[in-house]
Amino acid sequence: MAAVHGHAESHAHGHEHHPSGLMRWVTTTNHKDIGTMYLWFSFVMFLVGGVMALTIRAELFQPGLQVVNPDFFNQMTTLHGLIMVFGAIMPAFVGFANWQIPMMIGAPDMAFPRLNNWSFWLLPPAALLLIISMFVPGGAAAAGWTLYPPLTVQLGMGMDLTIFAIHILGMSSIMGSINIITTILNLRAPGMTLMKMPLFVWTWLITAYLLIAVMPVLAGAVTMLLTDRHFDTHFFNAAGGGDPVLFQHIFWFFGHPEVYIIAIPAFGVISQVIPAFSRKPLFGYASMVYATASIAVLSFLVWAHHMFTVGMPVEAQLYYMYATMLIAVPTGVKVFNWIATMWRGSLTFETPMLFALGFLFLFTIGGLTGLILAITPVDIQLHDTYYVVAHFHYVMVAGALFSAFAGVYFWLPKWTGRMYDERLGKWHFWLSIIFFNVTFFPQHFLGLAGMPRRIPDYALQFADFNMMSSIGAFGFGLSQLLFLYIVLKAIRSGEKAPEKPWEGADSLEWTALPTPAPYHSFETPPVIK
Amino acid sequence: MRQLFRGAPFALAPSLALGASKYNLQPPESPIAAQIYDLHTIILTICVIIFVVVFAFMFYAVFKHRKAAGHQAAHFHENTTVEIIWTIIPFFILVGMAYPATKTVIEMKDTSVPDMTIKVTGYQWKWHYDYLNEGISFYSNLATPKEQIEGRAPKGEHYLLEVDNPLVVPVGKKVRLLTTAGDVIHAWFVPAFGVKQDAIPGFIRDTWFRANTPGVYRGQCAELCGKDHGFMPIVVKVVEQAEYDRWVAEQKQKQAGGAVQVSEAPGAAR
Repeated sequence: MAAVHGHAESHAHGHEHHPSGLMRWVTTTNHKDIGTMYLWFSFVMFLVGGVMALTIRAELFQPGLQVVNPDFFNQMTTLHGLIMVFGAIMPAFVGFANWQIPMMIGAPDMAFPRLNNWSFWLLPPAALLLIISMFVPGGAAAAGWTLYPPLTVQLGMGMDLTIFAIHILGMSSIMGSINIITTILNLRAPGMTLMKMPLFVWTWLITAYLLIAVMPVLAGAVTMLLTDRHFDTHFFNAAGGGDPVLFQHIFWFFGHPEVYIIAIPAFGVISQVIPAFSRKPLFGYASMVYATASIAVLSFLVWAHHMFTVGMPVEAQLYYMYATMLIAVPTGVKVFNWIATMWRGSLTFETPMLFALGFLFLFTIGGLTGLILAITPVDIQLHDTYYVVAHFHYVMVAGALFSAFAGVYFWLPKWTGRMYDERLGKWHFWLSIIFFNVTFFPQHFLGLAGMPRRIPDYALQFADFNMMSSIGAFGFGLSQLLFLYIVLKAIRSGEKAPEKPWEGADSLEWTALPTPAPYHSFETPPVIK
Repeated sequence: MRQLFRGAPFALAPSLALGASKYNLQPPESPIAAQIYDLHTIILTICVIIFVVVFAFMFYAVFKHRKAAGHQAAHFHENTTVEIIWTIIPFFILVGMAYPATKTVIEMKDTSVPDMTIKVTGYQWKWHYDYLNEGISFYSNLATPKEQIEGRAPKGEHYLLEVDNPLVVPVGKKVRLLTTAGDVIHAWFVPAFGVKQDAIPGFIRDTWFRANTPGVYRGQCAELCGKDHGFMPIVVKVVEQAEYDRWVAEQKQKQAGGAVQVSEAPGAAR
């Protein structure tokens, strides 16, 4: 290991062949630089999408129209969804993939470093298009992130900018996925068989395949929208022989796996964090891999459960109900495995572990409400109500976002060589989890009582819970500024991190690399016994 | 059984004007809605039990297996028997849930032999109703005054849930709805009847309900349909047959004056 270390040191001094300043970041092909850019980009987008969420919650604080007009409200719900999914959560996990995959499999970098640079630099223009779309005549797309026609055919040029942005985001995702698959399949250290890879690497391998399978489907759907809008095709126009429901089928064939594209890397992060703080190997590694793969396969077979109310034959409703319920089995296996990992461990509760436990607890609530929604008759009652909003925020915020926080706190010492402030980290966790529940738990009740989602104003019986939810949202949003402060403080003046800050961490980046990790991770691959 | 389930969980909920719980589904007023209510209660109960049992294990580990309490880590990391058990048991629980759900799905989809049929057309942003048997048709618009929405007047009791012309149906009759739309997709949603059906331009979908008791039931459009999506309520007035017949006669008379609307709704279409 000394050899690796020495080599890295000499590199740290030998920076003359790298551009410096801004051009270092523009032209970089280094997986760590690119990972860092992905993470910062996603955090900025998280704040932008968060401000939009707060605009929504400000309007919904009281019945009546106070803050924005209904059209702008719809633009906010649309952009909030698109930006959080494509701008915040997905790039955050791609950032983790860039940083961690080469270090975890003993590779020097990603397989296609220049492609990697291009994957990242496609994102800012796409984000810009989405943001600019708010200021063009007619405003941004206002049809919800699901973009259902014929409503989307009515919209102004903001919709075209959105379609273009989605194309670019899709290209970025596909290139990123090609890179990740190639890296994992070809650049593993000698002796690291597939079944010896850390689970985080496994989850990204599976996710990358999902992305390659579904991003082109979304691109196809929005291209058909574009030609319907401008070239007089009638894919989704019944008057011209098309079918508006066709769009929903295509969209959800992308959209349902997309949910797992967001969730599966989160499972990966959690599967690294829980064993580390339990000081015990992950329970049921093989069944975790199989469960993740079966969730991925099942995710392609259930898309129309988003569409029970469009009117389907009874056989189709039954099939989609059964298939959807089936996903509970592998998901249950994962939850049981995580708990079995903690069982009879030696647990400590640093911030990453707290976020992992928060994830486990709240994601399971989201999973169980998902099971309730899988029951077709119940779904018909709850579809497009706030119950669904509550359900998917439990999965996406408490699931994906909390695990991203767990990952940042977990790996920050490795990335920067400095420790974050543990006391503030715990504050961040407790504020987040409390305000998260204040925001989203009451929304279950709103949905049960029949409040439709995406409405800018509501009947009086929904007033109390909406007010509670809005207060929670502002608290949750402000708590995230604390996270920004914690990270900046760690980078600027954090204590120097020990070589291995977490006693139970055992994957390659902890055992075979110095802290902070050198610019080029492994120039000679480690050998795995 | 049904009575036992309804009321029992969340009984602490303070009642609203209509006797509705703030914490649960609206009180069901049709046989299908009642089945949905019970299904939800059963499945929620099972989920809560699973949740409590699973997290009892987690919290036990959190408290007993802390490093701070001096617990040393064991080193086991797999157990095939346990893993097979916790794959198979959930599967059987799911089968148990699927059985009653399947019966309800089949019943919900059975729109045959209705007592009457109403065509519901969604527009941006109002509903249009055609009584296909009676030859009546009319639009139904939001009746809440703008002043209340903009905060220049105090909000009424049924703020945003009131219309000028409610749908009127007789109690206890199987009402088949044909939904369609004139511009974008809308959804006709009345929670108390367990009905939510998208209205899709160019296509006709159907659904049905049978109202248990006379009264006024309220719902809203449930599919994002543009800027006034939030201002598209649905009000259904359920009345006794005799009152319904009177209402029909009255409407026919009214529409005889405006010949345009009558020709729009041919009574024989079935």
